Amino acid sequence: MVNIQEKISKLFPEATFEAGDVMRVTVPDAQWHDFAKTLRDDEELSFDFLVTIVGMDWKENGLGCIYYLTSTKHNTHISVKVMATGDRQQPFIHSIADLWAIAVIFEREVYDFFGIIFINNPDMRRLFLNIDWKGFPLRKDYNDDPNINPVSIENERQTDFTDMWVEEADGKVVKKERRIFAEDDFVVNIGPQHPATHGVLRFRTAVDGEIIKKIDIYLGYIHRGVEKICEGLTYPQTLHFMDRLDYFSAHPYHHCLCMAIEEAAGIQISRRAQVIRVLMDELSRIASHCLFIGTYCMDLGATTMLFYTLRVREQILDIMERTCGARMTFNYDCIGGVMQDLHPDFVKDVHALLDVIPKNIAEYNKVFTGNVIAKNRMENVGVLTREDAISWAVTGPNGRGSGWACDVRKCNPYSIYSELEFDEVVRTEGDSMARFKVRVEEMVQSARIIAQLIDNIPEGEYCVKVPKVIKLPVGHWFKTVEGCRGTFGVYLESDGTANPYRLKIAPPCLPASAVVDHITEGQKIADLITIGGSLDYIVPDIDR
Amino acid sequence: MEVTAQGMPYEAWKDNEYIEKLVKELQDNGTNVIVGSLDKLINWGRSNSIWPLTFATSCCGIEFVSLGAARYDMARFGWEVARASPRQADFMMVAGTIVHRMVPVFRRLYDQLAEPKYVIACGSCAISGGPFKKSYHVAMGIEDIVPVDVFIPGCPPRPEAMIYGIMQLSRKIKVEKFFGGVNRQEKQEEFLKAHPID
Repeated sequence: MVNIQEKISKLFPEATFEAGDVMRVTVPDAQWHDFAKTLRDDEELSFDFLVTIVGMDWKENGLGCIYYLTSTKHNTHISVKVMATGDRQQPFIHSIADLWAIAVIFEREVYDFFGIIFINNPDMRRLFLNIDWKGFPLRKDYNDDPNINPVSIENERQTDFTDMWVEEADGKVVKKERRIFAEDDFVVNIGPQHPATHGVLRFRTAVDGEIIKKIDIYLGYIHRGVEKICEGLTYPQTLHFMDRLDYFSAHPYHHCLCMAIEEAAGIQISRRAQVIRVLMDELSRIASHCLFIGTYCMDLGATTMLFYTLRVREQILDIMERTCGARMTFNYDCIGGVMQDLHPDFVKDVHALLDVIPKNIAEYNKVFTGNVIAKNRMENVGVLTREDAISWAVTGPNGRGSGWACDVRKCNPYSIYSELEFDEVVRTEGDSMARFKVRVEEMVQSARIIAQLIDNIPEGEYCVKVPKVIKLPVGHWFKTVEGCRGTFGVYLESDGTANPYRLKIAPPCLPASAVVDHITEGQKIADLITIGGSLDYIVPDIDR
Repeated sequence: MEVTAQGMPYEAWKDNEYIEKLVKELQDNGTNVIVGSLDKLINWGRSNSIWPLTFATSCCGIEFVSLGAARYDMARFGWEVARASPRQADFMMVAGTIVHRMVPVFRRLYDQLAEPKYVIACGSCAISGGPFKKSYHVAMGIEDIVPVDVFIPGCPPRPEAMIYGIMQLSRKIKVEKFFGGVNRQEKQEEFLKAHPID
C-alpha cells in the first residue's frame, strides 16, 4: 500500500494536508486540474470515483469546493479542498468535467447554489432554479425575502443556449454561448407531468425519427432547499428531512445522518440500537425494491405485478407502523439510538414476513422475469459499462448491474454489517434486465440479513442518554451508507454552535438520472421508459 | 336534507355544517322540478365516478399508489380510473410539495382540466408548505394558486384519510347545481365575453 501523502507531496509540493475521517488535501486552483488528472490516472492512486462536490461559503475566507474521491481499485478515500479565485461577484474554479462525466452535473449544482463559475465546463447553467433567479441561495449572505423571487404563475423563460467560460491565453476568462441541441434538432418534452417519469422530472429529448439523439435533463420541479433549511435548525431537527428525500430509504438515510452526528459528538450507541437500525434498513430495502418491481412492471404494461408486490410492501409497512407509528415518514432513528423500543409483536411479525418472501419472489419470477415480453423489452436495452458507471458515479443496484461492486455495506462496512453474512449481488450485463435482477436478488439477501438478526436482538437500552442541546465541536465529517438506491452521503461541517454550518446531502439518484442522457443515446424513444424505470430514481431525492 | 356517501351514516361525518350551508343555498335559490330531478340524477352519477388526474410530486403520491392497490382499493368507490391527461380527469389530487418552478406547470394542468373540476390539497406541503415552511423555493400552500375544495392533513395522510377526503368531495358534488351551475356549457358566453378573441 502506497503512502498517498508522501506520493502527493513529492509531485505537488504546494499541497497541504489535514488529517480527519477522510484525509483532506488543499491545492491552489491553478494546479487543481493537473492534480485531479494525476489522482485519477496514476496507477497507485487511481481515484476514479467522484463521490460528490461540496460547495462551501466560508464568509470572509472566500468560497470554495471540497471534492470527495474514492478509488474503486484500492478502496481508499481522499478529499480535496480548492479555494475559488476572484471576488465574490465572479469566483472561478477550474472544471474537471473532462475527467469525470458526472462532474458536469455536480459543478452545475455548485454554480446554482454558490455562483462559483467552473472554467471549461461545457454547460454552465443553473440546475435547479429558474434562469432568472436572483442570488445564490446557499451563500451565507443570501437574501431570502420572498418579494425578490416571488411565486409566479407565468411560464418561466426557456432558452436553447448555455454558457461556457474559457480561459484565454492572457489569463482572462470570457463567456461563450453554446447551443444545447444542434440547430435543426427536433426536441420533444417528456415530463414534468408524465406518469412514466416517476415524479416531476423533465427530459428535453432531441429525436431523429424514433431514435434519441440527446437528452437534456431539466431538474428542480421539486427542489425544496432542504440543505439551506437545515442550516437554521438544530441537529435533532435536521433529521426529519431525511424521511422526505428518498421516502423509500427513510431508515438508511436517517441512519447516515445519525452516524455522522454521533461520531462528531462522540456518542456510543448500544448494541440493541445498532441491531434495530440494521433490521429497519433491510426491511425498508425489501419494501423499496418491492415497489420498484411493481411500478417498473406497470411501466412496461404488467399492471398485475403492482398488486402482487404491494402485498409484501403493505405487510412491511404494518410492521414498521406498529413500531414507529407511521407508514412512510418514520422519523425513527434519533441521535443516540432509536425513538422507541420495538413493538412486542415485532419478532413474530417479521418471522411471518420471512415465511412469505421466498414464495412471493418465486411468484414474481414466474409471472414476470421469465416472460418473453419482459425479456424482449429489457435485455440489451440501455447497456451501461462498468467504466461508464464509475465515471458517472452510478452506484447502488444500478452500478452493481454493470459489474461494479460498490456496496458500501461490503467495501466500507458501517454499524454491524461487517459481522453479518450476506452476498453482494453483482451482475455483469449492465442492461435493464441486470438492474432488475440485482434488485430481486437483493431482496433475498436482505431477508438473509434479517433472518440472522431477528432471533438475536440483544437486550439493553434502545437509546442512550444524550444532552438536550447537542453542540458539535468545530470540524467536518463525511459519512456514507448504502441506501436502497445507492451510496448516500452526508457532509457535515460544524462551527461549534447548535446548528450545522453546512449540511450537504449527496444523493444516489442525481447521478442515476444524469446518466439517462448517456445510455439512451441511439436507443428508441419507447426504450426511454424501460431505461428510466430500471434506474429507479426518486425525484425528491435528486432535487432535495 | 342529509347528504351522505357510500352508505356512511350522516352522524359519522365531520364538516356537516359546510354541506348544510350548500344545501341551504341550493334550496333558497329554488329550482324547476324537472331540472332539479335531472340535477340529482346527474350528480348521483358524477359523485360515484370521480376520476383523478395522475399527479404526484412527492411522498403523498406513494400513498396514492397504495390507495390504488388491492388493500385500500379505491376501485370500490369508482375513483380508480386515474387519467394521465387532465382533459379526461374530474379532479386533481395535489399530492406533494409545489415549488416555484412547478407553479406555472401546475396552474396549466389545472386550466386544462375540463369543467366542472375540483382540487384536493393532500398533505401538509400542499396545504401550507408544511415542513418546508422556511424554504426559499416552496409555494406556501396551493390555495394562492388554484381554488381548493378539500384539504386532507397529514404528512403524508394515511390512505384512509385520503378515502375520507375524496368521499367528502363526492358529498359536495351531490349538492351542487349542475344545469346552470357548475356545467361549463352554460358559461360559454360569459367566458367568451371575459376573454375576447382578437
